[in-house]
Amino acid sequence: MTWLNSHPLSFLVFAPTLLGLILMALPQAMGRLARMLGFMGALAFFVLSLAWLLGHGAGYVVERAPWFTLVGLPVDYALTVDGLNLWLVILTTFLVPLTMLGTWNSLKDRIGTFAALFLLLETGMLGALMAQDLFFFYLFWEAMLIPMYFMIGVWGGDERRYAANKFFLFTLSGSLLWLVALLYLANKAGGFNPVLMGQAASTLPFHVQSWLFIAFAVAFAIKVPLFPLHTWLPDAHVQAPTAGSVILAGVLLKLGGYGFIRFAIPMFPQAAMHYAKPIALLSVIAIVYGALVAMVQRDVKKLVAYSSVSHMGFVMLGLASFTVIGTQGAMLQMLNHGISTGALFLLVGMLYDRAHTRMIADFGGVAVKMPVFTTFFFIITLSSIGLPLTNGFVGEFWILNGTFVSGFSWGRLYACLATSGVVLGAVYMLWMFKRVFWGPENKDVDSGTHHLHTDLNAREIAVMLPLVVLVLWMGVHPRTFTAISEAPVTALLKDAQAPAPRNFVLKPAVHEAAPAAQAPENTEGHAAEPAAHEVHR
Amino acid sequence: MNKYYWLIPILPLLGSLFNGLLGKRAGKGVVTFVGVGVVFGALLLACSAFFAMKGTADHRLALTYGEWMGTGALSVPIGLVVDTLSGTMMLIITGVSFLIHLYSVGYMHEDEGYARFFCYLNLFVFFMLTLVLGSSLPLMFVGWEGVGLCSYLLIGYFFETDYAPDAGLKAFLTNRVGDLGVVIGMMVLFAAFGTLTVADILTQAGHLAPEVGFGVLTFATLMLFMGATGKSAQLPLYLWLPDAMAGPTPVSALIHAATMVTSGIYLICRLAPVFTLTPITLTVVAWVGAATALFAATIGLVQRDIKKVLAYSTVSQLGYMFLGLGASGFAAGFFHVFTHAWFKALLFLGAGSVILAMHHEQDLFKMGGLKAKLPITFWTMLIATLAIIGFPGTSGFASKDEILYLAYLKSPALWVVGVLAACCTAFYMLRLFTLTFLGKARDHHAYDHAHESPATMTLPLALLAVGTLLAVWLGWPKAFGGDFRIEAWLAPATTFGQLHAVHGEHGSHALAWALASVSTVLGLGFAAFGYLSYKDGLAVSAARAVRFPFLHNLLLNKYYVDEGVELYLLRPLRWFGNVLWKLFDVIIIDGVGVNLPGALTRVSGDFTALFQTGRVRNYALSMALGAALLLYVFLK
Amino acid sequence: MSGPGMNGMDAILPTLNGGLQGYLVVALLLFAIGLATVLLRRTLLMQFMGVELMLNAANVALLAFARFRGGDAQAMVFYLFIIAVAACEAAIGLALVIGLYRHRDTTDSDRAASLKQ
Repeated sequence: MTWLNSHPLSFLVFAPTLLGLILMALPQAMGRLARMLGFMGALAFFVLSLAWLLGHGAGYVVERAPWFTLVGLPVDYALTVDGLNLWLVILTTFLVPLTMLGTWNSLKDRIGTFAALFLLLETGMLGALMAQDLFFFYLFWEAMLIPMYFMIGVWGGDERRYAANKFFLFTLSGSLLWLVALLYLANKAGGFNPVLMGQAASTLPFHVQSWLFIAFAVAFAIKVPLFPLHTWLPDAHVQAPTAGSVILAGVLLKLGGYGFIRFAIPMFPQAAMHYAKPIALLSVIAIVYGALVAMVQRDVKKLVAYSSVSHMGFVMLGLASFTVIGTQGAMLQMLNHGISTGALFLLVGMLYDRAHTRMIADFGGVAVKMPVFTTFFFIITLSSIGLPLTNGFVGEFWILNGTFVSGFSWGRLYACLATSGVVLGAVYMLWMFKRVFWGPENKDVDSGTHHLHTDLNAREIAVMLPLVVLVLWMGVHPRTFTAISEAPVTALLKDAQAPAPRNFVLKPAVHEAAPAAQAPENTEGHAAEPAAHEVHR
Repeated sequence: MNKYYWLIPILPLLGSLFNGLLGKRAGKGVVTFVGVGVVFGALLLACSAFFAMKGTADHRLALTYGEWMGTGALSVPIGLVVDTLSGTMMLIITGVSFLIHLYSVGYMHEDEGYARFFCYLNLFVFFMLTLVLGSSLPLMFVGWEGVGLCSYLLIGYFFETDYAPDAGLKAFLTNRVGDLGVVIGMMVLFAAFGTLTVADILTQAGHLAPEVGFGVLTFATLMLFMGATGKSAQLPLYLWLPDAMAGPTPVSALIHAATMVTSGIYLICRLAPVFTLTPITLTVVAWVGAATALFAATIGLVQRDIKKVLAYSTVSQLGYMFLGLGASGFAAGFFHVFTHAWFKALLFLGAGSVILAMHHEQDLFKMGGLKAKLPITFWTMLIATLAIIGFPGTSGFASKDEILYLAYLKSPALWVVGVLAACCTAFYMLRLFTLTFLGKARDHHAYDHAHESPATMTLPLALLAVGTLLAVWLGWPKAFGGDFRIEAWLAPATTFGQLHAVHGEHGSHALAWALASVSTVLGLGFAAFGYLSYKDGLAVSAARAVRFPFLHNLLLNKYYVDEGVELYLLRPLRWFGNVLWKLFDVIIIDGVGVNLPGALTRVSGDFTALFQTGRVRNYALSMALGAALLLYVFLK
Repeated sequence: MSGPGMNGMDAILPTLNGGLQGYLVVALLLFAIGLATVLLRRTLLMQFMGVELMLNAANVALLAFARFRGGDAQAMVFYLFIIAVAACEAAIGLALVIGLYRHRDTTDSDRAASLKQ
């Protein structure tokens, strides 16, 4: 027990692997037992993570010890939970058992192996979220790919091989470039400690910093995914089994955004601000592009996949704004997307399990047959389109507001452009909702609606209820989830010397006005311009 | 009592939750009790809050409960503000809502989704009260979007039909376009004032000089007005409101006539000191309002569906309200909100009563002669009709006249447009009234079975009629010996934080008399014209339609705006989405960027695989040749 | 290695009284015959014999050098080692040939071009 007390993070990271290996050793005939054991274990990890991490008050837990030396460069065994990753860690431990429960009967073959892979994946995700040594982080980052590759490639749909290979190679090719940058910088810094590496990077010439940042950014941007590096996502999501899609959307994509805020931005602040404009531009494109493409999809799952591109564009826009409001919005939006899109994939999975189709045109009038399901789907839809009092609104509003007051000259324009994503989001989600759930019942014997016989059962309701509660909780009281990241985010932006927010200067009434000569420019609101130009070069 | 006022919005929310979660199991009696009871409770509390507010020195009651979504420099307190403006609005909402809840008990009694209906209706009251009472813009936006959501759900209430889902979707999406403006407006205001709390914004705005030309605040207010055009169905975002009549009639009365659609006007009144600083915006507001008033009124001339006529009439009347606001007559515009809430709710509920009596027949051409069958409905509808056409002495006359008078002071052209719209209004309202109640029955089967509605429906009609008559007390124009007391009443709210109250120019009483005489005579003339055209049935109007086929078709098809939107906006948008997907995503990024390198790798692999024949002799030969080559190189 | 190697050969050959060259020619011929057998014959058994010939050609050369350098013992060790390896290789190789014959009814190496059936 003393070991556990001093190494709670190690336990959380590696216990799932241990359990997973045990499950793998069980014979195939005991798949149902393995599934049950896996679920109970994942649930226990979730409870433990809640108890341990929230119990630590400030939520700051560190484990660090020298590990081994790689060609003369020390690698640390370093795990940390702090304000930046606390809720992402809990989101991960929360989604894993929930997804297992939600897809209990979705798979028919090798369910024990699937549960085992799921637990291995949990280790990879938690390790990547907690690792505080870049080599350690890299190991987990790549280790995540393997279980996911098999989940898509073995249990996926008809095009699973193409999707699995695309997912794997896309992500790998990004991270190999990143590995080169990592090793280069580690040689300069004499180790893989991110703080030391950041200090070493700041002494390098600016163009070298830029290249290193680009290498980091591309690896993370593929994971996010940022336009135009997103095309692996729709294929992977559509082909993956429901559980894979949920975790892919719920956690794996977050690691891209998390990589930016944990490593890429603090280590190369100058380069990050230099490239803030292109990143923001790509984010705005992703928001609009993802929404427009989602609008014309015929497969519900693919629609949700493209909506992810749009939603994660908001995350990147918030990060690129370099304001506390925008960055906090990005942090919250990552959690939002994990909850809402995860829930959407679960719901689509429940529909698919019954109807064996996901084509929008195959449905119509589902609300008559499955009222409870419809209610859940509708609430999650509202969250996805960012209706106030659901989580989606707070995140998007912060991001837009943060971008608008951002110290960069492009902030206002991009914020206004990104707002259109809010409209388009409603267009694709509600149009789909209308075609699937409303309207006269589709009586065609081949239709999906015809094959719906049962509404959600108790297990499925038990899966959806916590998600709906979270959607509302995060919308009504977002401070529960963002208060802890406020201090680290503020410190990070201060260290990065982010430009001060740019506000409008209004002209006071005549009798108390300052000298009238300067007034005309001020009304245009370019008072804070110099700071922005400085960074913007 | 102060500490219970948070219950004003929360009570309906609790009612909604109860009806939504347990209503179906609890039975209709419990649903009725809870659904109507919570609104009645909110009404009582609202009255208490109203008088508490009246008792304070500055006519303002501000309560704060905590922080909602603050981070960094942004702070959004959860709080409610009852002042003269929001207090009046709160009373209108809870009062009209209560009557309409009562009416719905009778109207929806046969419906299977009874509990669901009251769930939505209660939820709407919650959101509407949040919109009105919220102390900061994001909190108001909660209500703003929330009422849009309820409107969407209630329009799509008959979701298993063909038309209701489309109408609901259209309403939500059109509103969302407007909401985009509100979000941008909020961002600009935050960047300008560093806060989103209404009181703080207004206090700071009080120190500012009006903007000359197009400045920051002009942009912000224009964006907010864009939101208002969505919610209050003005050009060009009015399209959803006529379709919204797909919902049950009480919904049309409550949401799409009396309360929700006026929230755009409320928003502008709420931020009146800011709008006062932006003359350009006010001019835009006035012209959009006037244009909408005339545009919608002309469409209303030829519609056959009783609810459609009333819907276009609502759009048109909302245009009047904006015309008033644009002419800096915040009190006048709001007064029209107040009077309109009564008589338009009454008209819709009366129409609902007629529709129910006719067994869900909404076609005016199939009605007629119902005066004898529906006496209460007939008399109450008559009061409402007189009010809406501005018959002298009615509340409609008072509010419309004040607006037209202010419009004339701003620009005579606005007045002309307004009067034309008033003429159209008089015509189509008399047409509706005559076709429904007077003349001979055109569908005898339905006529024979028609009977007056139950008391839960006629009682609200009577109460609303009384309200319609009494509303005039609040704002009889000064020119005619009244004191237009609503202006002084609202002044603490519409001039909040202003150091120097802006006084609009005031013309003479003689001018007011002259203008009023002209518009009233014209209006009554067109009313008579409407009555004469339809008193003997449909022959006269049919002949007229044949004589002016182009005009008739244009109006009947609502200027083909819906078709235009589909053809020039939605279809290109879908086309563009498809191009992005199939051309850009699949061919350019995936094809050229991803699969092409993959294919090149595979081709080069295939090429080198040609040398992997699998035959031992080939390998041996290449080994021998390689060895020979090495020997040659090294031993040369 | 190219320069010194060539000079070394030039230095050594004349001093060996001409006897070495004969052995080397024999070794060369043996090797050439073995190589030709491997390259030209398709029967795996014949190819094996070719391989054995080449190994033995190497042995002949090895022993000849050893003899003319004054009885170097290392060469003997290598020679014995090669013989042993060749024997093992022949044993395993012949077993593989028999296995192939059982599976495919052939000992033609060109028809065993694919590992898949």
